[in-house]
Order: sequence, then structure tokens, then C-alpha cells
Amino acid sequence: MNIIEIKNLHKVYDENTNPVHAVNGIDLSFKEGEFAAIVGPSGSGKTTFLNVVGGLDDATNGEVFINGTNVGMLSSKQKTDFRMKNIGFVFQAYNLIPVLTAKENIEFIMQLQGKSKLERDKRTQELMKSVEMEDKLNVRPNKLSGGQQQRVAVARALASKPKFILADEPTANLDSKSTENLLNIMEKLNKEENITFIFSTHDARVVKKARRVITVEDGKVKSDEWKN
Amino acid sequence: MIWSISWRNVWRNKLRSSVVIIAVAIGLFAGVFSAFFMKGWIAQRLNDVINTEMSHIQLHKPKFKENYDFKYLINDSDAKLAEISKIEGVKSCGKRIVINSMVASAETGTGVKIIGIDTKNEKLVTNIHEKIIEGAYFDGVKRNPVVIGEKLAKKLDVGLRNKVVITVQDINGDITSGAFRVAGIYKTSNTAYDGANLFVRDTDIARLTGIEEGMYHEISIVLEDNKFLEQSTNEISKLFPELSTENWKTLSPEMGYMDELMGVYMYMIVIIILLALCFGIVNTMLMVVLERVKELGMLMAIGMNRVKVFFMIILESIFLSITGGIVGIIIGYFVTIYFGRVGMDLSMWGEGLEAIGFAAIIYPEVDFQTLIVISVMVILTGIISALYPAYKALKLNPADSIRTD
Repeated sequence: MNIIEIKNLHKVYDENTNPVHAVNGIDLSFKEGEFAAIVGPSGSGKTTFLNVVGGLDDATNGEVFINGTNVGMLSSKQKTDFRMKNIGFVFQAYNLIPVLTAKENIEFIMQLQGKSKLERDKRTQELMKSVEMEDKLNVRPNKLSGGQQQRVAVARALASKPKFILADEPTANLDSKSTENLLNIMEKLNKEENITFIFSTHDARVVKKARRVITVEDGKVKSDEWKN
Repeated sequence: MIWSISWRNVWRNKLRSSVVIIAVAIGLFAGVFSAFFMKGWIAQRLNDVINTEMSHIQLHKPKFKENYDFKYLINDSDAKLAEISKIEGVKSCGKRIVINSMVASAETGTGVKIIGIDTKNEKLVTNIHEKIIEGAYFDGVKRNPVVIGEKLAKKLDVGLRNKVVITVQDINGDITSGAFRVAGIYKTSNTAYDGANLFVRDTDIARLTGIEEGMYHEISIVLEDNKFLEQSTNEISKLFPELSTENWKTLSPEMGYMDELMGVYMYMIVIIILLALCFGIVNTMLMVVLERVKELGMLMAIGMNRVKVFFMIILESIFLSITGGIVGIIIGYFVTIYFGRVGMDLSMWGEGLEAIGFAAIIYPEVDFQTLIVISVMVILTGIISALYPAYKALKLNPADSIRTD
């Protein structure tokens, strides 16, 4: 079953003065449980594509359906709410809230969702365990390594039980050991809990782990390969 | 958790937040203390007006105050005093003979208000007996003692036991004089009052002028608390419709205006201080928003709606203002309590202050209503200061913000 359907997606910057076609007519779909990597050189449109799919940016043309909902038709407020309930984000620079502990960072999104303290505590414990960070619950991000911060960011992205995770170059700032560790955790979550991961990356290690690799160039899909 | 994030965000840049907090604290201390200083100042003056000069309420014959005509006497004053004493809120009352006339010494003469009092009863309605700086309150001189103000004593160039001659019109309209001796010299915080008011025994002035026993020009009333003022004024005026009943607000309207004006004035000072602080807070909050563009973008991306982002920025500004505000208000409160006990000595300007009726030692006074109003104003300052920075945060696009370095 497709959880994401993308039809003739376009994103043009500086439409009137000096138009740049960051996304130039992409048609794609993603099924539940995929572990897909979107690869391509810098400026190929990977991040813009993820931003539009994630509802962080508006498409100039085309449609994005997530579980049957046309994201482009939602108001700004509805999009925010939709993102909170359906999409998990992992960013290149981790982007944890520096004044909160690892546990609080994960709890935060659940609190936005109005979950009870009991539920939040239980889910936080589970998530921290799944990213192998259960001993760092009360540590603030500045006391964690880059790899550890990114694992907390993955746990945070999973906190709201989203339909899928969009990860924009999640390993770009990590050393090889941390990258390996993070990828193993994400792969395990994908396999054991059927969580859908879509990465934008140009990291060969991520590409190696991905079961589907979509190559983007000049805002267009150049290839879409499935691995066995 | 938004409350917790906002509070922790305040302390992310400890130095910058501390500078703002200290600025707010100093500003609020200055505002609170100057408000309480003025409050105490005015209350003291009002207290002097009531306790020393005129009491809370006075009764006269309606036309008496037009030119202080001798003939407008209140009869059966003792019976009236007994009735007034029964009214709720009335603490004490007294009766006076009041004559505008002349007093002369061997050196010079001047116009004064001669106040004939029942010396024991007068202690219940004014505190002139506590203001004696030389001699005694009608003691030490057996025949025709007089108590005069320090300024009048200097003007007449008289001291204790010196003779002064009071010239008045008697009941028949004839001019008559009497020799009095200075038994005491008083000094209030109002030199103008000291130079124009002279106290004699009611029996002595009645004998000199031929006023019958029980006849007085003025009944003065002291209340248990100023809160009874309007209620008691109305009751007394209903009780004696043939008399003019006036309270200190109508007897001394300038005091009423001053009280109101100072209230407005002290709030204006606080508003000006807060307005100046507002710009500092706006600047800080703008820096906060600009420094955290990426973080704010991330918060919006993961599902924090714009209203909550707006609220978070506003809360941060409120915390910043309130922390400084509380520190400033607490310091202002305790400094006021301290000076309220020991007094602030402004005797360097004492002569000038006393000339306009103000004491040279000021006792600042805490007013909790003012404290509450100032606290609300601090919170409003926090909100107003954060509006523009929070608006800037609202305008952020999550995708662009996350890309920011």
C-alpha cells in the first residue's frame, strides 16, 4: 500500500526574476516499510524534494498525497498539525532543543500531541532503549556526541508514531563509527517495527544500506532502483 | 513544557539576560521607591493637614467662612458633640472659637487667626500639644496663656512668658484688647500655619469677647479612618442641616488634587521607566529570535504551531521582565520599609519644604495596590516588548529556517 504518492511535483524558486527549477516534475510513490535513499549531487533538489513532501515548503505545481491526504491543500495550521501526527523529521544538524534533556526532547512532541505523562514516560523509555541511549535520559544535547544526538533525534522523530521518517542527510556530520551505529539502529527499526525511512544523502554508506535508491539530478528522477 | 523551555531559554545566555534583568531591577526599584516616596510624602502632608490643621470634618454656620464673621456662632455645641460622637467612624470631636484678628508685641503686630480651644478636648482632635518646642501646652502661665507658632514668635520677636496683646471685636462690635503671655511655642511642618495661628483657652477669649458659654464657631471631628469620610460627612450633614458640614477634601481642595495628581504622576514615572526598558527588552528578544531561527524552524517543522511559538517568545520576554521586576520591587519594598522606619532626612531643603507645608523628614509608605498595578505593568511590558520579535518568529518559513547556518 502506498503511503506517499507524488504526482508531477515542481518547485521553482525566484519564479519571476531568475527561475530555478529545484524540483522539476517528479512522480514517485513510497510504500509502507520502505528504506529508501534519495541521492544526487549538491543542488540536485534532494532537500527541496523532502521539504515539499514533508509539507515544510509549498510546491509550485503538482500534488503530494500522504495516506490519501493532499498536503498542498492544507492550510499552514493544518500542515503543522499534519506534520506532527504523520511525519517524523531527522535533520543533518540534529536540531535538538538545547535547553531540554534527551528525555525531554523526545517527550516534547508527545506533549504537543497532548499525551499523558504516563504514556510519554513509557514511550520515551522504549524509544531511548531502541536507539541504545537509555543511560543518557537526563543528559542535555551539549553533553552528547554528534552520533548520540542524532540517535536522540531519531527517537524524537519516532515519538509521535509517524507514518514515515524523512531524514535529510542524517549522517553528514557523523564519523564512520557513529554513522554505522545510527544506520544499524534505523535499519533495525525499519525491519522490526516496519517504520518507513526516506533519506536524502550522498553518503555511500547510507546508499549501501538502502533497499531502494532514487537518483535525482537537476530536479528530476534519473533512476529508481530496488535492491533485493 | 513551553513554560519550562521559555524559562530555561532565559538562562541560555546568562550574561545578556542578567544585564537585562539588572536593568529592569534597577528601573523598577527606582520606580517603586519614588512612587512610595511620593506616597509617603503626600500621606504625611495629608496627615498633618488632618491631625494638626483641620481634622477630618468641620462644622460651621453656613456664612461663617465667607469672612469669619464673629456673630455666626453655633449654639448648644456640647449637645451637638454628644450626638456626633455616636456616629459610626467618629473617633473624637472638639469645639473652637475662631476669630481673625490682630496680635501685637512690644516690637510689632500682625494679623492672625485666634483659635480658642478647650485645652483638654483639643488634644483629642489636633496634635498641636505634641508640636511644642519651647515651654508647655498651656502650662506655666496662670492667666491668659497663649500658644503660638515658632514663625509668629520670631515675627513678633517674643519668647516664653513674654506678653502679647490680642485685639478683637467683642460681642457688641466694640474693639477690645487683652494681654496674654506666651506659655508655649509650637512648630509644625508648615511654617505658613505656624505664622498665622495662635491658640488661647476658649474661656479666656470668651471672657474677652463676651461670647456666652457653650457658643462656638467651629466643631471639628476626627474619624477612626479616612474610609469613613464620605459616609460620616453625609450623616453629620443630615443630622445638622442648619450647619455647613465640610470634610478636608472641600476644606482643603488642593490636598485632594495633590493626592490624585501624585497618583497619576507616580504611575507616569513608572511608565516612562518601563518604556525605556521596553526598548532594551525588544532588542534582546530580537537577538533571541535571530539567533534561534534554525531552532524555531525545527520546532515548527516537528509540529509546534505558530501560536505556541508566539506564546513561547512572549513567555520568555515576560520571564525576563518579571525576574528583573520582582528583584526591583522587592528591593524597592525593603528600602521603603527601612526608610519608612528611619525616615529620609531632607533637612538640607527643610526650609523650602516647610514653607510649602511639607515635612523635612519623609517617611516613604508601602502601598500594596500600587505594587499590584506596577507588577501588572511589568507583565504588560514583557508582552509588549515581545510582540515584534514574536511576530518576526511567526513569519519564519520552517524550510528556510532549518537551512540557516
